[in-house]
Amino acid sequence: MMPELGKYAATVLSAYGISLVLLAGLIAFSLWRSVRVRRALAEQEARMQRHD
Amino acid sequence: MSIWEYANPKRFMQTSGALLPWVSIAAVILTVAGLVWGFFFTPDDYRQGSTVKIIYLHVPSAMMAINIWIMMLVTSIIWLVRRHHVSALAAKAAAPIGLTMTLIALVTGAFWGQPMWGTWWAWDPRLTAFLILFLFYLGYIALWEAIESPDGAADLTSILCIVGSVFALLSRYAVLFWNQGLHQGASLSMDKREHVADVFWLPLLVSIAGFVLGFVALMLLRTRTEIRSRRLRALEARERMS
Amino acid sequence: MIALLLRDLRLSVRSGGGFGLGLAFFLLVATLVPFGVGAEAAVLSRIASGILWVGALLACLLSLDRIFALDHEDGSLDLLATAPIPLEGVAAVKAAAHWIVTGLPLTLIAPVLGVLLSLPGAGYAPLVLSLLLGTPALSAIGTFGAALTVGVRRGGLLMSLLVLPLYVPTLIFGAEVARRGAAGLDNSTALLMLGGITAGTMALLPFASAAAIRAGLR
Repeated sequence: MMPELGKYAATVLSAYGISLVLLAGLIAFSLWRSVRVRRALAEQEARMQRHD
Repeated sequence: MSIWEYANPKRFMQTSGALLPWVSIAAVILTVAGLVWGFFFTPDDYRQGSTVKIIYLHVPSAMMAINIWIMMLVTSIIWLVRRHHVSALAAKAAAPIGLTMTLIALVTGAFWGQPMWGTWWAWDPRLTAFLILFLFYLGYIALWEAIESPDGAADLTSILCIVGSVFALLSRYAVLFWNQGLHQGASLSMDKREHVADVFWLPLLVSIAGFVLGFVALMLLRTRTEIRSRRLRALEARERMS
Repeated sequence: MIALLLRDLRLSVRSGGGFGLGLAFFLLVATLVPFGVGAEAAVLSRIASGILWVGALLACLLSLDRIFALDHEDGSLDLLATAPIPLEGVAAVKAAAHWIVTGLPLTLIAPVLGVLLSLPGAGYAPLVLSLLLGTPALSAIGTFGAALTVGVRRGGLLMSLLVLPLYVPTLIFGAEVARRGAAGLDNSTALLMLGGITAGTMALLPFASAAAIRAGLR
């Protein structure tokens, strides 16, 4: 399945590797922050409802 | 029904929440399709060998790096003129995506330049302009982080974005004057003779579409996070007051 | 506005530091570079104009946070914001005062440092000319950077990050004027561009600075 990359294999693979790692990092960070903020907001709203 | 209705955070949350899964799925499919098509099913270039495969990452990320800055400029102006919070938060949400795109364009460019030009880096106008763009993104994000008051930060970063755009454009032409480059001309052009051959062109288009949708999906997600975090801070403040 | 200019000048001279420090820094850069790249006159004379431009730029950067920081601390910036003169005028005066205490002395001392760096004889006039024409732009841009970070505590590093990318076009054209002049080439295009940048920044950036101060004080 792997295409023949010839003498530039290392170059092409590392370019793809680093880019995909960067993209994955950005996506993971965005998702992680989204989940965290969403949970904190839910907790806060629940707590304030109890107080009312 | 006008676009300004989405300036209402509640309205924005509803619509973006409904839209987000579909945009994300489409973005993943198109990006993966474009990259897989480009990586596995395109021939090597007769001069550049297999390094030509880097184009499917390099060109879309470079395009996005510039377009995201332009989008931030537009939303910054909207914030300054019409004071819609969603607009300011969208600019804030977009900046780290733009930073990552600039970094990807620089890194893939370095890997591509190493075998083709014999150097990782050259002070070529395009490369230099991207490095400067990277610095602008860094400064913009740092200013957002540094200022406590949310509205003040939105104001100041918007002003920085507008002034920075003028200077980024100026730098672009200044570096053109300063040094002649190695970089080839436009890869994308409506003129058939100019742009890359069809076998590379089609997967590249798919990949670009994937990157654009991916940016939209990430931006929606991050803007939603920013809106929630703003609401969280407001609730916390209210709790402390009572 | 003239009163404000005189007040700023007097303050910066009297409070010490700012006035001489930039010059000392400039001198240090010019002294340190030969240690770094070697004392070969041929190498030095080729890079002298560039080094002097970068050094002047850094010396300028060093003194930027004083533009608004002191006024912000003792509250006089709030007074200026409500004063009858427009805030845009205040920003322009601040930039002018900064130029007089920093840019102008740097320009005047640059030829002396050119001797240290074995600048070729043809290079002195273009160097002084380019600095004279370019440093007002550095002050105007720097005032904008200082205005952006006026409310930030310990904003010095942040301000450098914001201001340095904005300095790029000025540096490119300024150094190009000096370099081409030293090499005996035609430098009129770069000179015109440098003049254009200076005129543009002096005319327009005070508005951006004033907007930033208003946003920062709110």
